[in-house]
Amino acid sequence: MLKQYSFEKTAVQTFDDSVSLALKTDNLQVFYGANHAMHDANLEFPKNQITALIGASGSGKSTYLRSLNRMNDGIATVTGKIWYHGVDINEPDVNIYEIRRHIGMVFQRPNPFAKSIRENIVYALKANGIKGKDELASRVEKSLKGAALWDEVKDNLEKSALSLSGGQQQRLCIARSIAMEPDVLLLDEPCSALDPISTVKVEETLLELQKKYSIIIVTHNMQQASRVSSQCAFFHLGHVMEYTPTATMFSNPQIPVTQDYIAGSFG
Amino acid sequence: MNAKRKDFVATVMINLIVAAVVGILVFLLTYILVAGLPHVSWTFLTGTTDAFSGAGGIGVQLFNSFYLLVLTMLISIPISLGAGIYLAEYAKDNWRTSLIRSAIEVLSSLPSVVVGLFGFLLFVVKFKIGFSVISGAIALTFFNLPLLTRNIEESLSAVSSSQREAGLSLGLSKWKTEIGIILPVALPGIVTGVVLSAGRVFGEAAALIYTAGQSAPVTNFADWNPMNADSPLNPLRPAETLAVHIWKINTEGLATNAAALSAAASAVLIIAVLLFNLSARLLGNYLYRRVTASK
Repeated sequence: MLKQYSFEKTAVQTFDDSVSLALKTDNLQVFYGANHAMHDANLEFPKNQITALIGASGSGKSTYLRSLNRMNDGIATVTGKIWYHGVDINEPDVNIYEIRRHIGMVFQRPNPFAKSIRENIVYALKANGIKGKDELASRVEKSLKGAALWDEVKDNLEKSALSLSGGQQQRLCIARSIAMEPDVLLLDEPCSALDPISTVKVEETLLELQKKYSIIIVTHNMQQASRVSSQCAFFHLGHVMEYTPTATMFSNPQIPVTQDYIAGSFG
Repeated sequence: MNAKRKDFVATVMINLIVAAVVGILVFLLTYILVAGLPHVSWTFLTGTTDAFSGAGGIGVQLFNSFYLLVLTMLISIPISLGAGIYLAEYAKDNWRTSLIRSAIEVLSSLPSVVVGLFGFLLFVVKFKIGFSVISGAIALTFFNLPLLTRNIEESLSAVSSSQREAGLSLGLSKWKTEIGIILPVALPGIVTGVVLSAGRVFGEAAALIYTAGQSAPVTNFADWNPMNADSPLNPLRPAETLAVHIWKINTEGLATNAAALSAAASAVLIIAVLLFNLSARLLGNYLYRRVTASK
């Protein structure tokens, strides 16, 4: 039986003006029909850092993440504000396609297109009007290097992406996202379908990528959160309960529900 | 009976049923081929028919069958592609969509002779187009549409939704995702469906008797201008197809060798349909390897 915790008592940090933010949500709520899946999420994501969203299954962390680049459009009702460069991108008249070019996403299961490795990366670029052969080639190389995949595939760019291993496929998906040169990268449990060796590679990639991108990663693996993130938010049953620097979260959690989760009492 | 024995009996029964199905098919095919093939010759395949007795070759009918098929596909593929994409990707799950789905199902269960009579009354009589390739092609489109639409919808729906998410998350529009990412993956399935329905259309007779007509006027195969009256490509000329020809020589054929003629024509028809099925498989596999870059 899961213990009842008060949703009134939360510990959510905010940043002062000296920290520049990549993204910020005000009172974000998500409804699946009558099901209130996310309550009043107020989170600030600092630039060029990795923020981990942790919590048990069904805590609403993926739902929250998918709202940030409007991937929940047509699936759920999202209210509240999502501030990105001073614009509320949760407004109905915002160009969602434009938003998704700035806020990229990598999913739980690797989902490369059934195309060649090169085509996986250049397809969306071409659709966005980048036509130059040299420009495309350099983007392919840059993004594959960024995702630490270049050395493994540089001689086989015309091979089917589906012939790669799961870990390689996931890094290709990361490369595909960063080829769009986004600001923010959202990752939804990117390693949950991968073996430990591939996981290490993806994590190393993320640590390298935070120099250029702001990263928000959902994970149900607490060790992973502590390895890669600098900020950490804990979700419980559709509420953000605690948001602190990762080191604090794991050494000195502020409220009982986080303490119990970190200690492994549930989840 | 114990479980093991029951299982044994069930397995034997299932195997017998499968054997019966395969047996009937093999028997039919061998019978038709053995009866017909000896009468098939080059002059039979290319010769012309005597309009009164029905004797002679099937050259014009063979051409008509292919031409009608091409025209039918030209009309029905774009329409069913649009309908299939709509149903698979854009239609909301509500009463209107299920109404459309059941309408499609009704259309596919219409007897082809009814479709033929409808085409006869509307195109041939009312619109005064007369017995023509185009009337036949439109009638065939009617019962080709539901099958193709269903096939395209199912092929598209079978593509993993994670592919759609991937496209959308890169800022691609829904349409661009659909055409550039989902459709290529679904293409082999769609092509298989198209070729299989082509086989069906090729063998159709009832719907064509009243629309494309039962006469195969001699055409001038040197004249490929569709505007000319005796050009084979003229869509307004009457065009008896192979399947209709078989039906006709069996019902009103006056040729002394009518039985041999119909057996030979049947063998040619069966071989054409088998070739369609075989090429569906090969083309589907080939396309899949091409679009997915897997060698």
